[in-house]
Amino acid sequence: MTATHQRSLRPADLQDAAAGLLASGGRMQMVYAWYREPRRLELRYVASVPDQATFAVWRCEASEAVPSLANICPLLSWYEREITDLFGLRFVDHPQPQRLVLHEGVKPPCPPFDPDYPADLPLRVETTTQAIPELAGDEADVQLLPFGPVRADVVESAEFLFYYLGEAILHYHPRLFFKHRGMERRFEGLEPERGVVLAERVSGVGSVAHALAYCQAVEAAAHCTVPPRARFLRVVLAEMERLYNHLHYFGHLCHTTTLKVGEAEGKLLEERAKQLNTRLTGSRFLRSVLAAGGLRRDLLPKPWLAAELDALGEQFNAYARHMENTASHLDRLITTGKLDRRLAFDQGATGPVERASGVDRDLRCDHPYAAYGDLRPAIALRDAGDAHARAQVRMAEVNASIGLIKRAIDSLPDGPVRADCTAAPGSEGLSWAETPRGSLFYAVHVGGDGKLARVKIKSPSFSNWRVFPFTVHDSNMMDYAINEASFGLTIAGCDR
Amino acid sequence: MPQWTLLGLLQGKQTAPWPLAEGTDGQAGLLGMPRYLPELCGDDCKACADSCPTKAITMRASYADSGRLDIDYGRCVVCQLCVEACPTGAMALSSDWAFGVRARDDLVWKQDAAAAPATGAATRHAFRRSLHVRHVDAGSCNGCESELQALNNPFYNLHRLGIFFTASPRFADLLLVTGPVTQAMLGPLRATYEAMAEPRWVVAVGTCAVSGGVAEGGYACGHGLDGVLPVDVYLPGCPPNPAAIIQALLMFLERAPQRVKGGQLVE
Repeated sequence: MTATHQRSLRPADLQDAAAGLLASGGRMQMVYAWYREPRRLELRYVASVPDQATFAVWRCEASEAVPSLANICPLLSWYEREITDLFGLRFVDHPQPQRLVLHEGVKPPCPPFDPDYPADLPLRVETTTQAIPELAGDEADVQLLPFGPVRADVVESAEFLFYYLGEAILHYHPRLFFKHRGMERRFEGLEPERGVVLAERVSGVGSVAHALAYCQAVEAAAHCTVPPRARFLRVVLAEMERLYNHLHYFGHLCHTTTLKVGEAEGKLLEERAKQLNTRLTGSRFLRSVLAAGGLRRDLLPKPWLAAELDALGEQFNAYARHMENTASHLDRLITTGKLDRRLAFDQGATGPVERASGVDRDLRCDHPYAAYGDLRPAIALRDAGDAHARAQVRMAEVNASIGLIKRAIDSLPDGPVRADCTAAPGSEGLSWAETPRGSLFYAVHVGGDGKLARVKIKSPSFSNWRVFPFTVHDSNMMDYAINEASFGLTIAGCDR
Repeated sequence: MPQWTLLGLLQGKQTAPWPLAEGTDGQAGLLGMPRYLPELCGDDCKACADSCPTKAITMRASYADSGRLDIDYGRCVVCQLCVEACPTGAMALSSDWAFGVRARDDLVWKQDAAAAPATGAATRHAFRRSLHVRHVDAGSCNGCESELQALNNPFYNLHRLGIFFTASPRFADLLLVTGPVTQAMLGPLRATYEAMAEPRWVVAVGTCAVSGGVAEGGYACGHGLDGVLPVDVYLPGCPPNPAAIIQALLMFLERAPQRVKGGQLVE
């Protein structure tokens, strides 16, 4: 993985640079902040530039007022609000300057990432309700349903606010970050090779992708070349993760359309995939294998895994045919939660969600890592942008993943699986992975003492939660659960 | 619809015979908590303690013949780093995963484990065949949720054991908590517990809920359930697999024995 193209910008130049990037067909990926010295806060804007395999990184020192770019590039809105909450930096003319990561009831002595913030001082939280938009017109007819943060069923914690009239949802507001664990801060002070255990536990069902992006970022900082066998085995692990996640997705989607046997079948297939994970790695979540520099130990997918996956794939395809032939199921999906291409692009949709809205982006192809450059995965695209399109993209990806794993096993080279990897003091690395839910970035900064000084995690669910409400406003209650399932969101990854 | 009925019927029974009869529990090949073999432990070595990301292993200040280490399995995240770090094989790979216990102290390794049985839990006869569980995610990584959701897949089929997840805390007998308890979830977690009718019990599922796990402390995270709610069963694991969760729930109902005493499987 090669380094990025960096350039320095003054705050006054940011707006022109962002407008220029968008005009050239580029896309912002994220912005994050870090203290390059105890009192010098620097912003890093990461952007993809057309036809360029590396990412552009803009450095901008926040010594003077920094303009918000959310009006030019709406997907940056949440990143800026997160920086305001955690670092205390306010962006000038932000269109939506409310709290995001820290709720209104939180009153910290200073921002939690400030160098003066006392180590291990827990934030005090007073339970409050969030300031929500005022209603125009006859308010008496509109009802408010606050749902959560403890919701029905075994689900992750979040609060959803529905303004509704009968069946019609007028406005929907997800209140997230109840699960904010301050994970990025937990990396600080660790030796770089010890961050992997933490990265694996940012989002459990994304253990491989998080560990992989983290390890690759450390490898980029250390200028380490990963042995070929490890690169191919990393593809096997990453695609096994995609497989069990997507199988879970269909079980859950059938649950929301009340297709009971379909739900059981999807969850049974997921269980089979998790048991294959166990056989391959000793972990149902494929944990404890990845390391900076390669893998902690060799894996032996030959000769058994390909045949198991063939059997799984055959059963999945029969299941998929049933789903695609069931009118009651399709009726609930087609036209539900429509996300058009422009909105998907502007608001930062990622993964199967954007690919179902016709946005042809996949880090495995656009910015290849591990052995994806050799294996060239096929990318599934749909244009309809509805729940059905999102399901169809994942259907195609199940088969593509099985094919990829088999090809990776076929071309698996012999040799070592780990190289020395020591990131020098003051080094930094950026890396990424296409998780089952979309693009994941890790930026790693090593301090002068050789320990981690800052780790930034950009998770796919942070992006897709930003987009999701746009498909809920003006929809109806009956479709809500189906639409949410069709996005395949996690909350732990978003909240971190 | 008939096509779905046929699909289901053609597959036959997919449910594991375990735990009601002999047969697979689905966890073949799974790596559990590393097993401590004190007789292999080398002098002047602290490789395992240094490698542990959650300080589950610490060196004893003084020791005779009862082992050199303090090991708290309530803090173990099953990362296997100590096994890799140990030069003598004193921390060994194992498939020990049924780590549900009634007393927190039973997760701490002891030389004479078999002599220290943990009993004294109230009988829960009325609930043995019908237990209603309310789950609260207090800031997990979603690994525990993934395994809890798996409990109702056809393979584990939790319902057949008379254990059900319920939507309302008012109907719940048992509160099942995952996650290290983030500051923002502290209030909602306590409110959920307060909403439950008595008698009510609490089970901490996953190392985060038991002791805080990898995210413990800092500005946003707590240290698990101790000091927050009274805990009746502790089940560490990262995450505990579905069979481990079932075993812990059956143990809570006194339908299965506690398998771990003094940090070791004692069957």
